[in-house]
Amino acid sequence: MTSRFTSWQIAWGVALSLAVVGFFLKDIAPWAFKYPRDWVFPLRFWISDFVKWLLNDFDLGLFTFKEFTRAISWLIELPYIFVRSLLSDGFREGQGSNAIQVFPRVSWIAVILFVIMIGRYARDWKLAALASGCFTYLAVFGQWDSAMVTLSSIIIAVPLGVVGGIMIGVLGYRSATFKAMIMPVLDLMQTVPVFAYLVPILILFGFGPVSAMIATVIYAMPPMVRITLLALSQVPEEIVEFGRMAGCNTRQLLWKVLIPSAKPALMIGVNQVVMLSLNMVIIASMIGAGGLGFDVLNALKRLRIGEGIEAGLAITLLAIALDRLSQGLANRPPPEHGSEVKNFAGRHPFAIAALGFMSLTWLIGLVLPAFQTYPEGLELTTGTFWGDTVRWLNINYFDQIDGFKNAVLLNFMIPTKRFLLSLPWPVVVGLVAMLGLQLGGWRLALLCGGMAFVIATLGLWPKAMITVYLCGLSVIIAAAIGIPVGIMAALNERFHRVIQVVVDTLQTLPSFVYLMPIVMLFRVGDFSAFIAVIVYAIAPAIRYTDHGIRRVPPHLIEAATQMGCSPWQILWRVRLPIAMPEIMLGINQTIMMALSMLVITALVGTRDLGQEVYIALTKADSGRGLAAGMSVAFIAIIADRLINAWSAKRKAELGLD
Amino acid sequence: MPLQTSSDIDARPIKLSCNGIWKIFGDGGAQLLKQTNNAPQENDLIERSLIAAVRDASIEVREGEIFIIMGLSGSGKSTMVRCLSRLIEPTAGEVLFEGQDLLKANPKELIQIRRHKMGMVFQHFALLPHLTVLGNVAFPLEIQGIKRREREDRALEVIELVGLKGRETYYPRELSGGQQQRVGIARSLAVEPDIWFLDEPFSALDPLIRREMQDEFLRLQKMLQKTIVFITHDFDEAIRLADHIAIMKDGAVIQIGTPEQLVLNPATEYVAEFTNGIPRAKVLSVGSVMEPVMEPGGNDYSGRVFADIRLEELGGDILHADKPFAVIDRNDQIIGQVTRDVVLEVLVGSSSQSDT
Ligand SMILES: Nc1ncnc2c1ncn2[C@@H]1O[C@H](COP(=O)(O)OP(=O)(O)OP(=O)(O)O)[C@@H](O)[C@H]1O
Ligand SMILES: [Mg+2]
Repeated sequence: MTSRFTSWQIAWGVALSLAVVGFFLKDIAPWAFKYPRDWVFPLRFWISDFVKWLLNDFDLGLFTFKEFTRAISWLIELPYIFVRSLLSDGFREGQGSNAIQVFPRVSWIAVILFVIMIGRYARDWKLAALASGCFTYLAVFGQWDSAMVTLSSIIIAVPLGVVGGIMIGVLGYRSATFKAMIMPVLDLMQTVPVFAYLVPILILFGFGPVSAMIATVIYAMPPMVRITLLALSQVPEEIVEFGRMAGCNTRQLLWKVLIPSAKPALMIGVNQVVMLSLNMVIIASMIGAGGLGFDVLNALKRLRIGEGIEAGLAITLLAIALDRLSQGLANRPPPEHGSEVKNFAGRHPFAIAALGFMSLTWLIGLVLPAFQTYPEGLELTTGTFWGDTVRWLNINYFDQIDGFKNAVLLNFMIPTKRFLLSLPWPVVVGLVAMLGLQLGGWRLALLCGGMAFVIATLGLWPKAMITVYLCGLSVIIAAAIGIPVGIMAALNERFHRVIQVVVDTLQTLPSFVYLMPIVMLFRVGDFSAFIAVIVYAIAPAIRYTDHGIRRVPPHLIEAATQMGCSPWQILWRVRLPIAMPEIMLGINQTIMMALSMLVITALVGTRDLGQEVYIALTKADSGRGLAAGMSVAFIAIIADRLINAWSAKRKAELGLD
Repeated sequence: MPLQTSSDIDARPIKLSCNGIWKIFGDGGAQLLKQTNNAPQENDLIERSLIAAVRDASIEVREGEIFIIMGLSGSGKSTMVRCLSRLIEPTAGEVLFEGQDLLKANPKELIQIRRHKMGMVFQHFALLPHLTVLGNVAFPLEIQGIKRREREDRALEVIELVGLKGRETYYPRELSGGQQQRVGIARSLAVEPDIWFLDEPFSALDPLIRREMQDEFLRLQKMLQKTIVFITHDFDEAIRLADHIAIMKDGAVIQIGTPEQLVLNPATEYVAEFTNGIPRAKVLSVGSVMEPVMEPGGNDYSGRVFADIRLEELGGDILHADKPFAVIDRNDQIIGQVTRDVVLEVLVGSSSQSDT
């Protein structure tokens, strides 16, 4: 009898039976069902106290910590104000309403012309048309001012993120010890939800664009560090040896050999920094970044759907323009012989063109104000159109929409939520540890079980369970849609191309944008969060499935065909099992994205860890925010490690690399 | 064709030498060497999962010679040459360059030595992708801080020397493999190095181009007379170019000698394996097959040949002559004679004579 089950199956049977028995112990051990308040580990208060101490009493000898943060603020604020004046506000003198404009901002026409030039330089006229089209939308639909504020933040944040990332990456490349130190930090930063570190930054640097900028840089830098490390280690060993043999000192080796050789790979990092910065600048409007994000947030709060959608669309177009431009710059073909230009104008066409455009439009603008600022009379708005559409939808289809929503909520979501909340926490911790043991051994079991336990001790168990439930359900649905779509894309070239564009676009959009249309249909609540998370997180499920199925070695398919398998059999018995490890990595990514989105959906009223972070943000309670943020990170790490362990095990079994 | 006789070379000063070099990859290699007095056992190494890439190697490279390090893949040739140039820090041993202990040089001195005295050519060219041919060749000079005008003039000179004139503005990926390696060679020559390391410079090229590059290399060497450490795993290449060959196996140098010595007296079965497939006429000199003069004073010869030329170069003359050839040294003294039969035996029996 026992021979029919593996020892693991027996172990799971025993564990689950124990879990069921545990349910009947509710009266004997109530602490297992509701973590007692007195047992809560007061980490969040310690963190809050620590931050307060930093801010008020920490003395670095020559200066206090407060002065230190002030200095940083000032360093960032100065260039920011300059760029913002240049693009958005114009240069002014004096205070408040008495201020007089000393010099106007760059005219919208000059900016668009400049965008056209970058597009042409980066690739071709098509790109120029696309990018400038996006910018023209901003002008015509009255989003220019906000968009330029957002753009200013990005113009400051991106160089900081890129240079900082490269510097840290270089240090890691040079020192193995330093690398070993930063890798876990990078891992953690990618899983801690952004809101969580908005709070301490907010406290240290105050509400305003500087805080937003710092958060943006911190958020966008880790991938640059990773890419730098990777790019430098991929420079062929022989090239490094050549550099040393030529007698380069450390600095020459870095600047003249390593970085130029790694440049193509580094440029991919720049594109990522641009996109992540945009995403974060939008989110950081909550702590005073202003710009388009602020418009969306404002519209969300006041439920002005039309305005929100317009601003959201503006963000989308700005994102597309920036993405394609930076990608174009990253993928620019390497130079060919004879393409070098010697004279000054030939080498600096952009500086000259920019100056030219600026002065020309400024001169004309003196006579024709329309050259300076897009005339208000010509601005279009779709706000009322969107508003009307939503109203019309809600009047005519209210029953259907609401019916659908309630059906899903009542039959699917609420039962799951109740079930998860009813589980005693020690049982869940035990099961997680056991899964870790099976997939990766003792260390993984300790890590996963330990992290789950810490979440309980922080007193955040119920909220964590709600996060797990929302995240879990969304991921299941995202997988249920994404995997079949990925399979179809892998099997059909034309569909693949269409899906590629859709997925690319989905991945460019800042997470904020997703909320707008969903709230307008389903209003606030778990259901809206659920849908938003699915839409946001589906991209990796599709992409990895597509890729995994494509990578199945052709000789296996041939062998299967030869054995007389039908196409269905090939799919089910050959392609899917072999692609499964890769598909699971996609699901892993989906989980990570779902968790990061969940924190943002706190804006539409969920009651999970995200809400905890959000409340902490509004109350400027750094301990609370970090504790909740860490819990989200722990959930992410548990999921990540378990899936990776499974995937690695499975790949080894299948003999894939 | 050797540019000088081996006895000629042996008289020259030593340019670069190393003594008891060890390179052990992995943690604790130095400790193990100390404990075992530089004679670790194989199972010691395995136990600590160490890799001894170079084991107790000693060589001497004399001024102006082409010294070839030969061995199969993984035998430690690259590691060895990187120890000689100190790109890799040897675990034990000493490296003497122009009498100075290279391993004792501090980083600043090392940079100076590399800038002015060493050049290196790499198997996969190692060209900088973002620089033109001109930029690449001028790079070592740029590193030294030489003014643009001056370094570009010098770079153009060496570019012309390797036959790439007119390609100065090309980028590496616009060139063929052979052309890229010419750039690599030009670049390593730009600083006029005293010692020139070449790590399998022609292995990545196809056979025809490889042959052409070897000729090119010999042409350059005839002009420049550099001291050269050249790595290859191709014995044909080695005998074409070498003055001396060191054969490596599993990290150890098992024999050093002229091509001829290796063919005539292989130290081990392993060396014999290498030399077997080689047509002997390409390696053996007239001197090594000559016999003593039978009738002293009798000058009934078909002609005279130098003792140090290779049989291959004798050409057809000797095969048609019925009288022996006199063998003379460089002072025109007759030191022996060769007959047609002897030469025929070498040529015909060439590679089947596996037993020595
Ligand atoms: N950095 C390293 N770490 C560990 N082992 C190394 C390292 N570099 C080389 N080795 C090992 O040292 C041995 C000698 O390698 P080396 O590259 O010197 O051989 P080679 O003779 O140049 O071979 P090839 O002809 O393939 O270039 C090999 O077994 C190799 O695996
Ligand atoms: Mg090698």
